[in-house]
Amino acid sequence: MLFDSYQTQGFHDEMFDAQGNPRPEARLLLETIQSLEEGQLLRSQRAAERLLLQMGITFNVYGDSAGTERIFPFDLIPRIVRADEWEWIEGGLKQRIHALNSFIYDIYHGQKILKDKIIPEEVIRSATFYRPQCEGIDPPLGVWCHITGTDLVRHNDGQIYVLEDNLRVPSGVSYVLENRDLMKRTFPSVFEGLQVRPVAEYPDKLLETLEAIAPPGCSDTPTVVLLTPGIYNSAYFEHSYLARQMGIPLVEGRDLTVEDKVVSMQTTKGLRRVDVIYRRIDDDFLDPEAFRPDSLLGVPGLLEAYRAGNVALANAPGNGVADDKVVYAYVPDIIRYYLGEDPILQNVPTFLCWKETERKHVLQNLDKLVVKAANEAGGYGMLVGPHSTALQREQFAQKIEANPRNYIAQPTLALSTVPTLIEDHMEGRHVDLRPYILFGKDIHVMAGGLTRVALRKGSLVVNSSQGGGSKDTWVLSTAAPKAVAR
Amino acid sequence: MIREKRQLLSRVADSVYWMARYVERAENVARFIGVNLHLQLDLPLAPAHQWQPLIDTSGDTEIFKEKWGETTEENVIRFLAFDDQNPNSIFSCLRFARENARSVRETISSEMWEQINSMYLQIQLQRATRQHDALPEVLRSIRLSCHMLQGITEATMQHDEAWNFLRLGRTMERADKTSRILDVKYFILLPSPVNVGTPYDDLHWAAVLKSVSGFEIYRKRRGRITPLDIVEFLVTDQEFPRAIRHCVDLAGESLREITGTPAGALKYPSEQLTDVLRGELANARMDVEIRTGLHEYLDGLQTKMNGIGESLNQDFFVLRPDKRPKSSQSQVQGQSQRQKSEGAPA
Repeated sequence: MLFDSYQTQGFHDEMFDAQGNPRPEARLLLETIQSLEEGQLLRSQRAAERLLLQMGITFNVYGDSAGTERIFPFDLIPRIVRADEWEWIEGGLKQRIHALNSFIYDIYHGQKILKDKIIPEEVIRSATFYRPQCEGIDPPLGVWCHITGTDLVRHNDGQIYVLEDNLRVPSGVSYVLENRDLMKRTFPSVFEGLQVRPVAEYPDKLLETLEAIAPPGCSDTPTVVLLTPGIYNSAYFEHSYLARQMGIPLVEGRDLTVEDKVVSMQTTKGLRRVDVIYRRIDDDFLDPEAFRPDSLLGVPGLLEAYRAGNVALANAPGNGVADDKVVYAYVPDIIRYYLGEDPILQNVPTFLCWKETERKHVLQNLDKLVVKAANEAGGYGMLVGPHSTALQREQFAQKIEANPRNYIAQPTLALSTVPTLIEDHMEGRHVDLRPYILFGKDIHVMAGGLTRVALRKGSLVVNSSQGGGSKDTWVLSTAAPKAVAR
Repeated sequence: MIREKRQLLSRVADSVYWMARYVERAENVARFIGVNLHLQLDLPLAPAHQWQPLIDTSGDTEIFKEKWGETTEENVIRFLAFDDQNPNSIFSCLRFARENARSVRETISSEMWEQINSMYLQIQLQRATRQHDALPEVLRSIRLSCHMLQGITEATMQHDEAWNFLRLGRTMERADKTSRILDVKYFILLPSPVNVGTPYDDLHWAAVLKSVSGFEIYRKRRGRITPLDIVEFLVTDQEFPRAIRHCVDLAGESLREITGTPAGALKYPSEQLTDVLRGELANARMDVEIRTGLHEYLDGLQTKMNGIGESLNQDFFVLRPDKRPKSSQSQVQGQSQRQKSEGAPA
């Protein structure tokens, strides 16, 4: 039936081991699925898709004029993470965020790490997201990365690696919350007996984080707002969702105004002061006076108000310097330098094209490597060597030669798979995992995160803009789920 | 812990107001088409003439002529129900309503959003398939969905400032639509006051009443169909939900809730204008207005209502002079709103 022809095909499968036996943590779920009436799973899947459309849980695709709004496809089979493995991941993420935060602070205050020659100065000076405007700024609590969505992948060696840090304006957390909701609505029976850790406290934790960074001297309940570029932004659904979940106003740039370095929002009763802004607009567009002058989305004078300490911004402008994929290669060194510890989570080995020897290696092995632009996200500006044509490789080679600083390359990882409902049966599809980490008074890691799945057969690109979908992520709260008497 | 009462963003107030107007507009257009489809089954000849007034009511005569030309039933229905280039078609209205709703999803309830979204998905589907036989049923279901949205709104949305803006938008739109249908129909039906009383006239007047869901209430309150009774019923009745006076009264109440102005005082220009109009409607004599020219009277009402709309804009939606180019949604809406029903057909 569903799993009859299921093959792990030499990949690490999250549900079955190499011999095709279910992993202990997945056994109960598997039993539940197999005890369903024939066709039930497919019906639930369809019901879930209808619900998504009806609830308007959609994203906008850039450069696609025909169907600008699409649902983010959702697959009912969850990805399961063992309790002990999660504990280890959580520790690794906390360590990494701590170190990255210290790094960003240092970069804008004295740059000790450059002086100590751990990272070449040139790397920072040429980083697109390095913002000289932010030098010397002291954000509340010294936090620069309040909300992070780190991408993790598992290779076929069974090892988990950090693929990207996503410190700027990571998105996707609303899908985690909606996915869980959807699972409970369409498929309640599978939760029985499994002790799945809840994710629903995220909006509370997020609000707590945002309130914690309110400028000193503002009232007990600071006015927190979420700043969105507007309804045509690809993540607009998430912006409105989070604002609703937190009970805070969703504002656009045109709703805000800065006078005497104080930010206010325009209400029907006049101006009202704003203390904390969870901004979902990139640095570039945040303030036309400080960054791109042609931006219509932002708020003129915002950075000055921020610098004066009259308003807090999350995430802190300038933190993208640590998102640069060249800086990424140095994160293990960053962890050792600031914390004096060995990294818990591993980096993917990375070749830096600006180093001549590494560039040569990359150019000779384009068909085996994944090449990424140092400052792109969302699966754009990327070459997956083994799946590329000779022409594409040629074009990338030229781009690399023209601007070596802007490219890195990594071995093509054989991402782990999770069974996914394809028509009426299960096939393995590659997944990654993006947990969300909040940093206010302390660091909080959401139990689980967004499991993105590349729905196209064989594809390794999981981004929603490139045909990816998502799954619920179940972090178990006990070592082994108890069997339920039937 | 009780959080401090939240202030409403001007942009959100604007969007909520227009969301309500567009939903109300969609419902009205659906009702107008439905009643006309029904009416023409009773009329012996010249069906083409029955459809022109609908275009006139919407105030989009020019756009229609340019694109569709002849006022055949099919052309008119496609124009009024499904044409995405007609800013006042049911499709466009529901699309704009949804767009506005999307921009204020954190202010309205999830249930409201889901309802508006499914209304849009429904009309989108209908637009793609377009089966003529199903049309009456589709129109009925659009009307029902709009009513359902109102129920959902009452039951699930906090009755706060935003809710009052929503009510304000709904009642202003309703008053506007009643004045338009009356204007157009009266012009056709009464070229001179002598020709009243043929059976077809009665059918027509009954249709006007049905167009505003007022037939049954009218019967209860007024009984026999006479033009004066109908005009009074539609303009100055205090209890009929779509009477202009009733709507303007409600709008005035919402406005007072919004501003918190104590009774007896008038703080904002929009409050003053609304108050003046309420007074005028309370004292209006329809027999006099019919003699001196109902069209001019209704035209005057529409101008005053547009004036209220503009001062709402000034009082609440655009408080500070903004140097940046405005994202023009409300301007476009304002524009189409200001279009008058340009003269009845000759």
